[in-house]
Amino acid sequence: MSLSPEQIRQVAQLARLQLAPEQTEHYAVQISNILAMVDELSRADTEGVLPMAHPLDMVQRLRPDVVSETNQREAMQAIAPQVADGVYLVPRVIE
Amino acid sequence: MHTLSIAELAAGLRARKFSARELAQTFLDRIAQHDGALNSFISVTAEQALVQADAADAALAAGTAAALTGIPLAQKDIFCTQGVRTSCGSKMLDSFVAPYNATIVDKLQAPSPQGAGMVMLGKANMDEFAMGSSNETSFYGPVKNPWDLERVPGGSSGGSVAAVAAGLAPVATATDTGGSIRQPASLTNLTGIKPTYGRVSRYGMIAFASSLDQAGVVARSAEDAAYVLQAMSGFDPRDSTSVDRPVDDYVAALNGSIKGLKIGLPKEYFAEGLDPGARTLIEAAIKQYEALGATVHDISLPSSPLSVPTYYVVAPAEASSNLARFDGVRYGHRAEGAKTLEELYKRSRGEGFGAEVQRRIMIGTYVLSHGYFDAYYLKAQKVRRLIYEDFKRAFETVDLVLGPTATGTAFKIGSKTDDPVAMYMNDIYTIAANLAGIPAMSLPCGFVDGLPVGMQLMGNFFSEARMLNAAHQYQLATDFHKQSPKGFK
Repeated sequence: MSLSPEQIRQVAQLARLQLAPEQTEHYAVQISNILAMVDELSRADTEGVLPMAHPLDMVQRLRPDVVSETNQREAMQAIAPQVADGVYLVPRVIE
Repeated sequence: MHTLSIAELAAGLRARKFSARELAQTFLDRIAQHDGALNSFISVTAEQALVQADAADAALAAGTAAALTGIPLAQKDIFCTQGVRTSCGSKMLDSFVAPYNATIVDKLQAPSPQGAGMVMLGKANMDEFAMGSSNETSFYGPVKNPWDLERVPGGSSGGSVAAVAAGLAPVATATDTGGSIRQPASLTNLTGIKPTYGRVSRYGMIAFASSLDQAGVVARSAEDAAYVLQAMSGFDPRDSTSVDRPVDDYVAALNGSIKGLKIGLPKEYFAEGLDPGARTLIEAAIKQYEALGATVHDISLPSSPLSVPTYYVVAPAEASSNLARFDGVRYGHRAEGAKTLEELYKRSRGEGFGAEVQRRIMIGTYVLSHGYFDAYYLKAQKVRRLIYEDFKRAFETVDLVLGPTATGTAFKIGSKTDDPVAMYMNDIYTIAANLAGIPAMSLPCGFVDGLPVGMQLMGNFFSEARMLNAAHQYQLATDFHKQSPKGFK
């Protein structure tokens, strides 16, 4: 499988990554090489094999529905790049 | 002091041969003297270290000290440390000061009886977001291998291993998603263990690939590793993948006999691609195990050659999802002057992530995208089960699996940076254990041209005690692990 620079631009858009134009070509070559290596998987006979998402046969643990965490809003906002009046600031979304 | 084992350091502290403050200062001085050449630390936390050391001295005087109280350590910079920058080797988190401690940080560093009372010297360098096998992808620059400053220390836990190998810390924490504890341990003559998936809490450990990531330790011996792994392990309700099961006594298990231990040798691990010098050393190690009373058995892990392609679907897919949280809004790098929210996301991530992280996010995004999901992601998950079943079958007949950790010795800095596929092949022997979720470790077994070679032991789920026992018995009979690099005596 080989990816074109145009496909790299599409994937970067999906991943919300701004790439410099001169990077696109380079990434296309490298990622195509990686996918060529990955294509080896198609040789494996996986007829009837169940996909394995997780190494341990476990179910999601449940806990009692009680408050366990204290409010840490100020500590969390203290590390944000831009806040005002207790809210996170982003560029205007609705005109 | 920097050459003593953890048990010797603990005994020295109790006998008042030296104080925890003197011990911490000794290592801080060595860091100041040597780390300019190595770049193994991103942050050195000298002030906090001395405060923790004074608390340890008080606990030792009061008789409330735990086994590891006052022993210094380096924390890989992937573990959140409250009030201390936690960068994960990335520009994205260059200014991130963690608002809370990872569970293992509390377990290792809180005063006894809540924690082990260890003393943090600083935060160790690493590949960016733990993505790399050479520590060259770090935003803070490459780490040098203390055995040869022109060579890589391996990765992603390159700072952890370089610091311990050079005697800048007695022990260090590390993490392993595809070999990031074992491969660097192999390249720097250390003993490194990745326990069973779910054995050590991942709360506060910055996520890379959540079905593979596991925390562990790099040390100068299996005995040292056993002490620290003991203190790190255990159930944590804050980590939904943590396993609620008692922790075995790793230290007590070290001294058992390994007579009759059944060791499997997978033929796929001794095929083409293994450096002949490394092969000779590993074959000698096998003979040593036989001399210690173990029996060896030829086995096959037929799907293991597909580990690398499986991993490079599963890990990037999970990474692309985990790293979606870095948005320039709540924490981490934020691009200046973005006009729209989408531009803010794209530029913050474009500026904040380095090339390897961007490549993996794009691969992950691609294999999860509509039309490719079945061919890549679902297929990889099926092959993952085949790899897991290989091990399941093997452990019906053998106790441990032995093979190489890496294909050879440390390579030159810069020699593989332009070829991601060649770089990924470094982990050909280590990835299968992560895919299966089983514990695995690397320990020194000799030198080729003055550079260390490690062998790998893999065990069944929760067989850490048996693996550490087998490693310790080998280390009682050999002295490879006692060798240290010339420039850092």
